[in-house]
Amino acid sequence: MKNSSRREKIWWAVISVLVLLYALFPVASILATSFKSPSDLTNGSFLPSSGAATISNYEQILVGDAQELFLTSLRNSIGISLIATAIAVVLATLCAYAIARLDFPGKRLVLTTALAVSIFPVISIVTPLFNLWRNIGLYDTWLGLIIPYLSLTLPISIWTLAAFFRQIPWELEQAAQVDGATTWQAFRKAIVPLAAPGVFTTAIIAFFIAWNDFVYGISLTSTEAARPVPAALAFFTGASQFESPTGAISAAAIIVTIPIVLLVLLFQRQIVSGLTSGAVKG
Amino acid sequence: MASITLNNLVKKYGDGFPAVNDISIDIADGEFIILVGPSGCGKSTLLRMIVGLEDITDGELLIDGERVNDKAPRDRNLAMVFQNYALYPHLTVYENIAFPLRLAKGKHSEEQVNKLVTEAAATLELTDHLQRKPANLSGGQRQRVAMGRAIVRQADAFLFDEPLSNLDAKLRGQMRSEISQMQRRLGVTSVYVTHDQTEAMTLGDRVAVLKMGELQQIASPRELYEQPRNLFVAGFIGSPSMNFIPATIENGKLQTVLGDLDVPAEKLAKVEGKKVVLVGVRPEFFEDAKLVEESKLPHGSIFTATLTHTEWLGNEQYGYINFNPDPEMRELLNNLAREMDADELRPQIVVTLDAASRIRGGREAEIWLDTRKLHLFDPESGENLTRDAEAGAALTAEAGQERAEEIATAKEADRVNGHGTPDSGSGTTDNGQGGGKHAAAS
Repeated sequence: MKNSSRREKIWWAVISVLVLLYALFPVASILATSFKSPSDLTNGSFLPSSGAATISNYEQILVGDAQELFLTSLRNSIGISLIATAIAVVLATLCAYAIARLDFPGKRLVLTTALAVSIFPVISIVTPLFNLWRNIGLYDTWLGLIIPYLSLTLPISIWTLAAFFRQIPWELEQAAQVDGATTWQAFRKAIVPLAAPGVFTTAIIAFFIAWNDFVYGISLTSTEAARPVPAALAFFTGASQFESPTGAISAAAIIVTIPIVLLVLLFQRQIVSGLTSGAVKG
Repeated sequence: MASITLNNLVKKYGDGFPAVNDISIDIADGEFIILVGPSGCGKSTLLRMIVGLEDITDGELLIDGERVNDKAPRDRNLAMVFQNYALYPHLTVYENIAFPLRLAKGKHSEEQVNKLVTEAAATLELTDHLQRKPANLSGGQRQRVAMGRAIVRQADAFLFDEPLSNLDAKLRGQMRSEISQMQRRLGVTSVYVTHDQTEAMTLGDRVAVLKMGELQQIASPRELYEQPRNLFVAGFIGSPSMNFIPATIENGKLQTVLGDLDVPAEKLAKVEGKKVVLVGVRPEFFEDAKLVEESKLPHGSIFTATLTHTEWLGNEQYGYINFNPDPEMRELLNNLAREMDADELRPQIVVTLDAASRIRGGREAEIWLDTRKLHLFDPESGENLTRDAEAGAALTAEAGQERAEEIATAKEADRVNGHGTPDSGSGTTDNGQGGGKHAAAS
C-alpha cells in the first residue's frame, strides 16, 4: 500500500518536472537571449557566449533609443488593462450576483450570450470595428481598446463569479437582513468579504486577458497614444537596418512578464480557498 | 417583547400551489409557539413569512397590532436562528455577535456594544471563544454563537428554524433545555420550527400542527396528546404513535380484530349512526392483564392476542401485534402513513407493557385495554368524534397559566441572583443612559 503510494508520488514528481520544463523552457530561452549582444545572437548556443553577456538590450529599451517606444506602450498597457479589468470586475460582480441570487426572465439568455461572445473569433470583428472606431473617433484611443477588451474579459468574469457566488450560502445574507441590514449592507458586509477571493481570482484572469491581447492592440492603434506593449514589440528596430532587434524584443518580453508574476505572488494569499468554511454546518 | 398575530396568511408560489394556506394564529407576548409537521407542510415557509424573507401572498401579519406585511426584515425587529447557523465566517465570534449592534448605527457606543456582547457571551458560555473564528468552533458552539447574535439585540421575538437538527443527540438535549430556560428568563415571544416530536412537546407552550400548508390544530402539548382533533394530529403526536384499528359497531360493542370491546356509553353515543369507525388507541392504553390492579380491570376490556415479538427497554417494553384489515381500510391507513412521512408498512398494533410483564412473542397472552381513553375517528373525514373540546381547552389554559408562573419565577430568580442577562434590567440600571434605553425596550 505504502509502496504504491510512494511510486505514485515519484510519478507525479516526474510528470510535474516534465510539464514545468515544457512550459518554462521558452521563457528561459527568451531570458538567455535578452542578455545576448546583437552579434552574439547567432552563436548557436542556449546561453550567451562566455564573457559576452550584456545588459545593453535592457539599457536600450529602458533608457536608450527604444525608450520612448517601450515605456509609453508599457504605460498604455498597464493603464488600459487595469481600467478594463476594474470595469469588468465591477460589472461582472453585480451581474453574477444577480444571476446567482435572483430569478428573473432572461437569466439563461445573459449567460448564453456571455458564452457566445467569449467564443466569437476576435479576428472576424476586428475589421468592422476598425472602420467603426475610425468613424466615431475612437481609433487609437485608450477607450477604443478598453471597450473591446471588456468584450473579452466580461464573459469569463461573469461565468467565474457566478459560479463563485453560488457557493456562498444564501442564509448569510438573509441572516444579515434579519439582523438589520439593508440589501446593500447585507451584500457589502456579508457577501463581499466572502466573495473577495473569487473577485481577486477573476480580476487576475481578466487582467491577463487584457494584458496579453495582440490582435486588437495592433489593429486599433496607430501611434504611441494607445499602442500596448504586445503591439509595440513588433515596431522595435535594430540599431541599424542590418541589425535584428531580437535582443531588445526579448528584454521587453521579460519585462512585461514581471507584472504578471508580481500580481500572482501578491494575490496568492487572497486566492486561498475554503474561506467560507465555518459559515454553516459541516 | 411583542405579540404576533397571523390573520389568514396565504403563501402561493408561481405555480399557484399554496405552500401555506389560510393560517391564523394569535401568539401572545412571551409565548413559546412550536410549528411542527412532516416535511413539506409549510412550517419553514410560515416562519420565513413572519420574519419577512418570504412575501405574504394574502392575509395579514401583525406585530403588536401593527401591520408589517410590507416591511423589510430589518424593520420588523425580529431575531432569527437559522438551521445551518449562518455565521459570518470572516468575523470573529465577538464580531458575529456584535454584528446586529454595529448595523444599528449610532445607537450603541463602542462601550455599550462591548458590554452587551460580553453579557450575551457570558449567558451562553462563549466568553473563552470570543476571539476565535466560526470555522474553529464545534457544532454546539456555533449554535450558541447564532443564539448570541439573536439575544444581543433585544428583538421583539425570536424565530428558530430547526436550530438543533444539525447537532448530535446528546448536545441536542442540552441545547433544548438551554433554549427553554433562556426563553423563560428573557420572557421573549418565540416561534420555533421543528419536525422533532420531543422538541415540540417539551419546548412549546402551544404547538401548531401543520399538514400540506394547513393548520390542523393548535393547542398545548397535553391537549394535542389527549384531545387530538383529527386522525392526522393523533397519529403525528406521540411516539410510538397511536394505533388505528378499524371497528364496526354492533349491539353497543366495537367489533375489532382484537375482539369485541366494551366502550363507555357516552363515547358510543357520539358515534351514533356510524357503521364503521377507526379506533385510536395509544400504546400505553394497553397492559398485561395479569399486572392490572383489580380495581382498574372493570374500566377496560380484556382480549387475547399473539404478539409477534417484544422489545424490552428497561422501564417498559413494546409488544407488536400484526393484523390484517380489509382492503378499503388498509388503503386508508396507508394514506395516513404517507401523509405523516412514514412508510407504508404492514399494519401492526404497538402495545406498551410493564417492564415486569412476562409476555413474550409467539405465545398467546391476555392483554387489557383501558377503553375509557379510546378515541373514535370518522374514517372518511378523519375527525375525532369523541373529542372533549372543553377538557382540551382547560388543558391549554392550564399551560398558559404555567407559562406565566414560570416566567415570573425565572425573572424573580434572575433578580435574586443578579444574573447579568442583557434583558434582566437589573444589570443595566447602573449604566446610566444605556440602562434606561434597555429598560424601555423590554
